[in-house]
Amino acid sequence: MKKIRFDWLFLPALGLLSVLILWTITSYSLAKNLPSPLKTWEASKLYILEPFAKRGEMDQGILRFTWYSLVLVAKGYALALLIGTPIGFCLGLSRTFTKTFDPLIQILRPVSPLAWLPLGLVLFLDAGKDASTLGALFTIALCSMWPTVLNTAVGVRAVPQDYLNVGRVLKLSRWKTLTKILLPATLPYMFTGFRLSLGISWLVIVAAEMLTGRPGVGGFLWQEYNSLVYEHIILSIITIGVVGFALDRLMSLAESKFKSVL
Amino acid sequence: MPFLELTNVDKSYGDHSVLKGLNLSIERGEFVAIVGYSGAGKTTLISLIAGLTKADRGTVKLNDLDITGPGPDRGIVFQNYSLLPWLNVTENIALAVEQVFPNWSTEKKNQHVARNIDMVNLTPHAGKLPRQLSGGQRQRVSVARALAMDPQILLLDEPLSALDALTRATLQDEIERIWEADKKTVVLITNDVDEGLLLADRIIPLTPGPGATLGESVPITLARPRDRKALNHDPEFKRLRALVTNQLLGYAAKRRTTVTRKLTLPDILPEDLDAPRTHRGRPLRPHEQKNETITLTS
Repeated sequence: MKKIRFDWLFLPALGLLSVLILWTITSYSLAKNLPSPLKTWEASKLYILEPFAKRGEMDQGILRFTWYSLVLVAKGYALALLIGTPIGFCLGLSRTFTKTFDPLIQILRPVSPLAWLPLGLVLFLDAGKDASTLGALFTIALCSMWPTVLNTAVGVRAVPQDYLNVGRVLKLSRWKTLTKILLPATLPYMFTGFRLSLGISWLVIVAAEMLTGRPGVGGFLWQEYNSLVYEHIILSIITIGVVGFALDRLMSLAESKFKSVL
Repeated sequence: MPFLELTNVDKSYGDHSVLKGLNLSIERGEFVAIVGYSGAGKTTLISLIAGLTKADRGTVKLNDLDITGPGPDRGIVFQNYSLLPWLNVTENIALAVEQVFPNWSTEKKNQHVARNIDMVNLTPHAGKLPRQLSGGQRQRVSVARALAMDPQILLLDEPLSALDALTRATLQDEIERIWEADKKTVVLITNDVDEGLLLADRIIPLTPGPGATLGESVPITLARPRDRKALNHDPEFKRLRALVTNQLLGYAAKRRTTVTRKLTLPDILPEDLDAPRTHRGRPLRPHEQKNETITLTS
């Protein structure tokens, strides 16, 4: 028990403290424009202590901003899974499909979200007021679906022949083979993909909000940079990190639930 | 007319010929054991009967109908159990029952599943997942699943080879009991001659590959039920065991085998202890390698 408290409480606290000290020293010596931890706290207090306050379009509590971002991420992420999973299954099942589309996927996969966003905005130019939302959704979905696609494909290819033989002996229909054998056997792989995809959507949302100026954590960050309130940049960064970490933990919790079955 | 009939079956994977000119005929209700070395093509043979692979040449017929693909009329028990790990015992069997008897009422299906679980003595474990069961229990689930399909023929592909000796003996008794109960046609693939002698009406040895084929079948006339302890002293049992074993050994001897090995000698030479100490010097360490060729002929 004592050992565990030392490992999980004392050591991380020590790490945090040393970074804070380093940060303080830097802000007073090397980088005079970097706000010190104390100044950051002073300037951010209002946003943290009234997390859901709404004082203006770009002046809201930090959790309210986070909520806006999360809603958009949820939509884009759902879209990514809806598109990515079937594509992954097709890649895993059909050699022809793989040969046809794999090169394309390999080329599109490394493209940065910053490059997709303008295209997204152009695509939905006619939507008027919603253009930025739809463009952001398009970018999130497109950038974050690749891990799901590839992991699903690998998972489908890795389904043991034994399970498929059971399906063949029982003369399961195509649909039943998919739902009773392929899907459950692939689920652990799919979840690994889902987790990685969620991480990427959270990365993309910040970039998307910065470019479109939507209210959200990323939008807030960019706006405060422009209005020279550098303390809030740090507040945003910390928020983004904590939320991303929490999302990843949640997903790996769900993942381990499925992995333990096999 | 034989129930299951294979005539002149050839099967090869690429250039590697596994089965060649294989003939087999089995009557309804017969328990046949096919005994052979590992790698001889036993699993290929059972896959052909199950319809999981197709023969290159020759015909495979069940009930005078060509076998074109797998189906629930041939219940198969795989060597590695092949249970779906995300379904519990009941669900694994229910999946098969659901598929084979779609028109039954839910109640009848549930009863059928429960009866088959009971037949392999797994009722207390019905709600467990495969990973919570021992190897023997998993194999019993696999047997129950095959039986629940009410197949015309039961194919057992080395069902007990992954189990320890004690569990194996228990399961052998269980297989015999189940077979006595409804006299299904059974093809048992095994590498254990004693197992074949204990269970089967007939043992057919499979010659070693490449190009394996079936040898002369040996009818087992031992009275049932067979008691493994008493059998060990039975002169007829001993005679049959010697007969089958000799057949199998005969195939091995006929194969002309040449083994070439590279021998690396230990990196040291014995010291000459008689030589005067001052002149002995350091021990010699020649990195010597020799090739050794052994040819076995009958």
